[in-house]
Amino acid sequence: MNQEIIKELIEIVGEDNLTTDQIDKITHSYDATQKKYFPDVVVYASNTEEISRIVKIANKWNVPLIPRGAGSGLSGGSVPVQGGIVLVLTRMDKILEIDSENLIAQVEPGVITAELQRQVEKVDLFYPPDPASKEFSTLGGNVAECAGGPRCVKYGVTKEYILGLEVVTPTGEIIRTGGVTLKNVVGYDLTKLFVGSEGTLGIITKITLKLLPKPAAKKTMLIQFSSIDGAAQSVSAIISEKIIPTTLEFMDKATINCIRGKSDIPIPENSQAILIVEVDGDIETLEKQAEKILAVIEPFGIIDTRIAETHEESEKIWGVRRIVSPSLGKINPDKFNEDIVVPRSKVPDMIRSLEKISEKYDIPIVNFGHAGDGNIHVNIMVDMQQDGMEQTVEKVMEEVFEAAIGLRGSISGEHGIGISKAKYMKMELDEATLSCMKKIKNALDPGNILNPGKIFIEQQGGV
Amino acid sequence: MDKNKRLKDFEGLIRECVKCGVCQAHCPTYLVNKKEGSVARGKIALAAALLDKEADLEERLQEDISMCLMCGSCLDKCPNKVPTNEIVGAIRREITDNQGLSLIGKGVSAVLSHKILIKTLGKGGALMSPLLLKTVPESSGLRLRFPSPVMKDRTVPKVPFRNLFERVPEFTEADEGKGIVGFFAGCALTYIYPEIGKIMIDILLRMGYSVYVPRSQGCCGVPALSSGNGELVTDLAGRNVDAFDGENVEHIVTACASCNGGIGEHYRSMKADFSEFTGKVVDFSVFLKQNGLFEELEAMDKWQNGIRVTYHDPCHLKTQGIVDAPRELLKNLPNVDFVEMEKASSCCGLGGTFSLYHYNTSKNIGAIKLSGIKESGAELVATGCPGCIMQLQDIINHGNLKVKAVHILSLLAQALE
Repeated sequence: MNQEIIKELIEIVGEDNLTTDQIDKITHSYDATQKKYFPDVVVYASNTEEISRIVKIANKWNVPLIPRGAGSGLSGGSVPVQGGIVLVLTRMDKILEIDSENLIAQVEPGVITAELQRQVEKVDLFYPPDPASKEFSTLGGNVAECAGGPRCVKYGVTKEYILGLEVVTPTGEIIRTGGVTLKNVVGYDLTKLFVGSEGTLGIITKITLKLLPKPAAKKTMLIQFSSIDGAAQSVSAIISEKIIPTTLEFMDKATINCIRGKSDIPIPENSQAILIVEVDGDIETLEKQAEKILAVIEPFGIIDTRIAETHEESEKIWGVRRIVSPSLGKINPDKFNEDIVVPRSKVPDMIRSLEKISEKYDIPIVNFGHAGDGNIHVNIMVDMQQDGMEQTVEKVMEEVFEAAIGLRGSISGEHGIGISKAKYMKMELDEATLSCMKKIKNALDPGNILNPGKIFIEQQGGV
Repeated sequence: MDKNKRLKDFEGLIRECVKCGVCQAHCPTYLVNKKEGSVARGKIALAAALLDKEADLEERLQEDISMCLMCGSCLDKCPNKVPTNEIVGAIRREITDNQGLSLIGKGVSAVLSHKILIKTLGKGGALMSPLLLKTVPESSGLRLRFPSPVMKDRTVPKVPFRNLFERVPEFTEADEGKGIVGFFAGCALTYIYPEIGKIMIDILLRMGYSVYVPRSQGCCGVPALSSGNGELVTDLAGRNVDAFDGENVEHIVTACASCNGGIGEHYRSMKADFSEFTGKVVDFSVFLKQNGLFEELEAMDKWQNGIRVTYHDPCHLKTQGIVDAPRELLKNLPNVDFVEMEKASSCCGLGGTFSLYHYNTSKNIGAIKLSGIKESGAELVATGCPGCIMQLQDIINHGNLKVKAVHILSLLAQALE
């Protein structure tokens, strides 16, 4: 990279916050997709004004600029596929305000999601979105990817909680979208545009979040079924009964086989599917809700029901869910983790399609996830050392996506497109819709400076 | 022969890292400086780069590799159980093997050979008292931990005149004949807090065990491991195994969490088989629980004005899952009014030789604990590791709190008086 650029960047952030060392390039080359692309320079930013100036330099020299939080994304959003400047935001990690009177919080993008949750819960408030990575992912990253999580069944995803943003645009202007009020219809809803924009439309530098009162209590249940159909029908039955649990997680037979014998809760041989249901609210209504749920699902082949009476028992139940991911590696060395979503009522159909695809290609597909909102984590387990496996995986993925779209679902519920799903965008979006998205990108980022090579396949490999 | 594992012995485990980032939530150094090079995932990426020849043992890599307390917190939470602490140890040994002592003063990579150290101490106006220097053997971890002139305003404990070995016999036979328990005192309980070591021995005798405190026991090896001195680690491991061969000991009790991790866990991960020895090693809280002392304490009358005490989890116990026994012990003490604190399991920041080279980072890691200690309203922070006690007291003093860090055994002794 041109030494002149480095010099100009150092003038902004100082020598201590910039590095071009090979060692730092290595440690900023990846995210949780495990794809590796080296940046040319790594910069640690500490405020909005710095970022604005850095963006202007990137434009002046026509160099890619990639914002990065915890680097825990699952679609490659923060990896520098075309090199350039990786801009790390983890040090902008202040909770600026928790306002109990207006139920809002204002944070910098580097704040860790769970840390915000702990702080607001101290004053009996609640920030619901709970991606599995909440203990280490940043709120900036959550906003950029519109993160989800188990609790979204009842509470919705990140975008439902963003009232306003401060954003540095791809040309370096500092703009403010939305505000601190629940109602606000002045001009276009730019807030929603930036939420889920995967770092391609702007760099989020301040976030105003909506908070809720903290639920008084919760109740967790683990139910084992003799068939996946029974579990899937139970999900539909609960929702049709107009009960919205906080979480409604499911695990299929393949998942159960991976964790049997490892959990604190015994899983009998004839258990073919597990549902974990959690409800929250006032203590009085909890009992009723739980009873109602158990009554509704009673006809669907239950072989064991466990209701947590204490926090420890609830943790034991969640422990069953937590050991899933680490246990999967035992089936095959390589894992392709997709996060399709279908309408809740179509979960049973989707599961059947997945079983058929698995049989057809003779490849284990392990399914678990957020059944309550139709978001299924489809894990295609393969050994990439085998001949022709790459092509087989491609075909399997395409069929999985086709099945999801066929049920009026989507190819990604919460991970985003990034580089992982760019080539499948066309399966879901028609030409006019895609073109509209591209026009927005071009209008805001005429130089294609910000996070190039993401979302739109045409842009990969340089503009 | 070097019995330590090499970096390439870890290749399979290194490839198991899926870059999920979970370690970021648990790495004390990352939580303070928020740099990817500090966290386990970054170090595993560097280890892989070394194996793939994308990087070599250059200075910048050494800096990142030095930013690790080897506390094992990341391993504890890693979904694939990648042992970053052991891998960092292996890289530090490679650095030593390649570059020897030429980089002394530049980082942990600068290996602490005792001869060089003595020279440094002579010149540097060390904080360690001359008395301690005279009494502490050359291979002791204490020399590696507290000799540095860098640590200007550190609180250093006063050193007693007589060490533990001068206070107790090598072997004391009990009347009851319950069997022989070995006591691995470790450097801190031998030279800095011999009174705590003495308490441990008295309690074991009181419980009916004969106690063997072999004079030939050495340092557990944690500081040597942390500084990449593989030769010294091998030497100490052999010496400690031999030391306890003298009597027919059924258990080897420790009252220092680091020593417990050192001789109980670390030797297990070396190439040679030390399992017969490491299998006997047990933390005092677990041993006292298993052998009925808790019931005796519970039956005692509670004091009217118990002392408000909170507990700090030493990393070397926490990562072995030893979190309940020490708390139960405190709760059962009649003289203690136990209170939990926030961030109880957050690292104190000492980390082998870490605080020697990164005193500011070390202090900042420890400072995370201050608000929890303060909010708990405790008069004492009790723990089971003398290293943590020294570090906690330093943090508390810098935070201007009127709280004392103590060993759980001091409180136990008070209860049994």
